[in-house]
Amino acid sequence: MFNLNKNKLTTLLKVQYSNMLEYRVEIALWAISGIIPFFMLNIWTNNNLNESINLSNVMLSRYFLSAFFVRQFSVVWVVFTFEEDALLGKISPYLIQPLNPFFRYFAQHIAEQITRFPFAIIIALIFFLINPESVWIPSLSLFLLACLSTFFSFLIQFLIQSIIACFCFWTEKASSIERLLFIPTLFLSGLLAPVISFPEYVKSWIYLTPFPYLIDFPANILSGNNTNIISGFFMQIFWISVLFPIFKRIWSLGTKKYTAMGS
Amino acid sequence: MEENIIQVENLSKSFDISSKEPGLKGTLKHFFKRQTKSIEVIKNINFEIQKGEIVGFLGANGAGKTTILKILCGLIYPSQGKLSVAGNLPYKRRSNFLKNITLIMGQKQQLIWDLPPIESFYLNAAIYDIEKFEAKKRIKKLSDMLEIEKELYIPVRKLSLGQRMKSELLAALIHKPNILFLDEPTLGLDINAQRNLRKFLQIYNKETDATICLTSHYMKDITSLCKRVICIHEGCLTYDGKLEKLLKKISPVKDILFICKTDKDAEELSNSGFIIKNQNQKEITITIKKDSIKSTLKKILNKFEIEDLYINEPPVDEIIGNILVKEKV
Repeated sequence: MFNLNKNKLTTLLKVQYSNMLEYRVEIALWAISGIIPFFMLNIWTNNNLNESINLSNVMLSRYFLSAFFVRQFSVVWVVFTFEEDALLGKISPYLIQPLNPFFRYFAQHIAEQITRFPFAIIIALIFFLINPESVWIPSLSLFLLACLSTFFSFLIQFLIQSIIACFCFWTEKASSIERLLFIPTLFLSGLLAPVISFPEYVKSWIYLTPFPYLIDFPANILSGNNTNIISGFFMQIFWISVLFPIFKRIWSLGTKKYTAMGS
Repeated sequence: MEENIIQVENLSKSFDISSKEPGLKGTLKHFFKRQTKSIEVIKNINFEIQKGEIVGFLGANGAGKTTILKILCGLIYPSQGKLSVAGNLPYKRRSNFLKNITLIMGQKQQLIWDLPPIESFYLNAAIYDIEKFEAKKRIKKLSDMLEIEKELYIPVRKLSLGQRMKSELLAALIHKPNILFLDEPTLGLDINAQRNLRKFLQIYNKETDATICLTSHYMKDITSLCKRVICIHEGCLTYDGKLEKLLKKISPVKDILFICKTDKDAEELSNSGFIIKNQNQKEITITIKKDSIKSTLKKILNKFEIEDLYINEPPVDEIIGNILVKEKV
């Protein structure tokens, strides 16, 4: 089904990176548009909301900066691209190549993250200039674990959106299903508030869903906040192993329904 | 005995299509109670294609030609019937099958729009597990044949339609496919670009013994490339055989242009009961059945003062245009 090897992957990444560099201004704007965690930080600190969760101003600002970073390197838009390509028949040439077309989208995302990297660093430097007390250097082990959990967060989101994208084979406007997930992702992922701030009974449910492992968990690791690393990784791997076979199955069923419209 | 590379038996394909009446009432009805109906676009089709053949699929818009190509290359699933392409079930899309075929659609692009075509070529080479050195060699050879060496490094968006189409062709052929499915490959190209593309396909077929299945609305593509044609009308196969035989069968007439010496001769000739196709003063074009050419000519030449005459076959476009709307050939 996938036929991926090192050469295919590196060539895909190289080509997609060259392609993304053509859109560097656009990507810089996207990076800037992801500063929502800084607005949230402002709301939290100005209203002293952090006191209710026993988190200092410094730790909270580190958390939101980390959330910004995690968001920058885990943002996924495959459903929109795939939907357009499927409806216009653009995926037809890719479907008859010995490589699953989703690898093209996967490589596009990774290439886009690499292109975003310098812009994210510049934004972080500006943040440190404004909040010098928040400057910190995480230990190498925490940094590597945060990178890994951010990648897992990206994988979870990529798989969720890919599954939804495959609904294009049936419903044509699959992105509207994705809209349903937007609100829980926004509120439960930790982008607007650390999950720790939710009431206990809500938290017990939230931690069973994939949402807190998208932003909150990697951001807590990177910022040095207390978090259960083992259970966090366990849940990330659990969700990846649940979503991957679902994607494979729905892809296989969906391609049977493909009508190659628009061509 | 020649090897059959494509075998199709009782192939059918249906699509579920929803219809909507115009206006607000129709919109509301469509929203609450969507009506879909199953339309059979391919109906019990049978044919075989031998290795190395170039076969043209003829049919009006919506006849089902493109759907057949899409089924043969594995892009869509058939509803019924048996088919085998290079010993494979196309819709399984096995890697070794996909490495053997290519599909080129006149309207669809696989090149990356903002990058030079060379980037897409190397990407395709990697996808088809072709080593970089070998890919370089193939790109050089194909770009020489297609005369696009200079365009390899220019972003696709800045290429002309003809240059883009040639680049598409190169991208689609880099893995040396044995079976080519071409859906209107010359669509939108100018006359020179069309001629070059046809020439290239002839050479490719000769050099590699590749099988080519082609649809085109440009009759020149069909007449210069295909010895065999398959006619499709509303999803049914109406003719499968040699193009030459089809033209003879369908057009048993010739047009003869007579240039009369005097106006009086022209007038008398036009009123003598022959089928007049055109008349312009002393020039009269008469349609005559092929089997009575000799006797009719003798009769006319004896009776009228004829200065000159020209014998023409009716244009292929005209003949094939007539076939496309016929249920049976």
